[in-house]
Amino acid sequence: MCGVCGCGGEEKVVVGPAPAHAHGHDHDHAHDHDAGHGHGHGHEHEHGGEAALATPELRRVRVERDIFEKNDRFAEGNRKGFAGTRTLALNLVSSPGAGKTSLLVTTLEKTKGQYAVAVIEGDQQTSLDAQRIQATGAPALQINTGKMCHLDASMVADAVGQLGAPERGVLFIENVGNLVCPAGFDLGEAAKVVLVSVTEGEDKPLKYPDMFRAAGLVLVTKVDLLPHLDFDIGALVANIRRVNSAADVLRVSSRTGDGMGAWYAWLDARRRELEAAP
Amino acid sequence: MHELSLAQSIVDLVEEQRASAAFARVRTIRVIVGQLSSVDPRALEFGFEVVARGTVAEGATLAIDRPPGRAFCTDCEQPVEIATHGDACPICAGHRWKVVGGQELRVVDLEVE
Repeated sequence: MCGVCGCGGEEKVVVGPAPAHAHGHDHDHAHDHDAGHGHGHGHEHEHGGEAALATPELRRVRVERDIFEKNDRFAEGNRKGFAGTRTLALNLVSSPGAGKTSLLVTTLEKTKGQYAVAVIEGDQQTSLDAQRIQATGAPALQINTGKMCHLDASMVADAVGQLGAPERGVLFIENVGNLVCPAGFDLGEAAKVVLVSVTEGEDKPLKYPDMFRAAGLVLVTKVDLLPHLDFDIGALVANIRRVNSAADVLRVSSRTGDGMGAWYAWLDARRRELEAAP
Repeated sequence: MHELSLAQSIVDLVEEQRASAAFARVRTIRVIVGQLSSVDPRALEFGFEVVARGTVAEGATLAIDRPPGRAFCTDCEQPVEIATHGDACPICAGHRWKVVGGQELRVVDLEVE
């Protein structure tokens, strides 16, 4: 049987999509056979509705359900909860090593006592990051995702159940270091904060457009290293703009504190927006 | 490889269908994976094969429909087609557009016996 469309097999069945989606298609392609002969052929399928099923025992069951449905349900629950407690929930994403945990440690130390905070740490293994956060005095909970490459909304719901949402404060959710998978999973956050360090390429936003497109804020990290690098920060910002013209972009260094004031101001502005929300 | 957990969601949806429709085997699962959905169809097929084992969906084929990315350019005020989030507007070469379609990720129906 042809692996492209299933034609040519003995169990040849012409089936059609559900009536609401009735359409026809035709295609041409060649098959090679082990016997050493080759030939090309074309054929046409006519798609009708359920009535067109050639084999009586075959039938169609309509589903029409979103694959993210379950995640989105949990995300909506989280979002409602955060609205109730006026918690600013931020989903921090980046490739591994861009400086998410260092940014959080510095932020928690510098803003200590200004508002309630909590941190959810996502990693495949270990609770090293949560320990670094707890050392600042902030409540933190580690989620080990095991083989999973991202946090999903139900994991966050569980973690918030244990930690409690910081009322009128900030919940930082540090996602698994990965610029691909976490992009599609809504956790119920107010915004995704994407970190990209200057030791990465200027073309990262173009290579991972889904993630940068989803960002509410992009933090360009480790800017204290710029004098030692051939890195064109202007090109990076232009590439961010190509995939996301609306995101805020800030340049920071957790190590020297450069630009961190603008990040704290961004946090304050977002918290004030929440306070003012009806 | 977040496709693995999405494949699991597909299997869960199939299992749920059994509550209302009795069937022994699923032959085809028709899914829509928009071209802007951040999902790689081959990875989804691979993940599905793995997680479907031992379930009613074992051996089923994923028939994947891939609608193109559709956007509305706010500069030229026209609907346009785009392949990825980094694309320029094909009319004005700008990047100020909003996605209006192609992010779908949905199970449409099952062909069962």
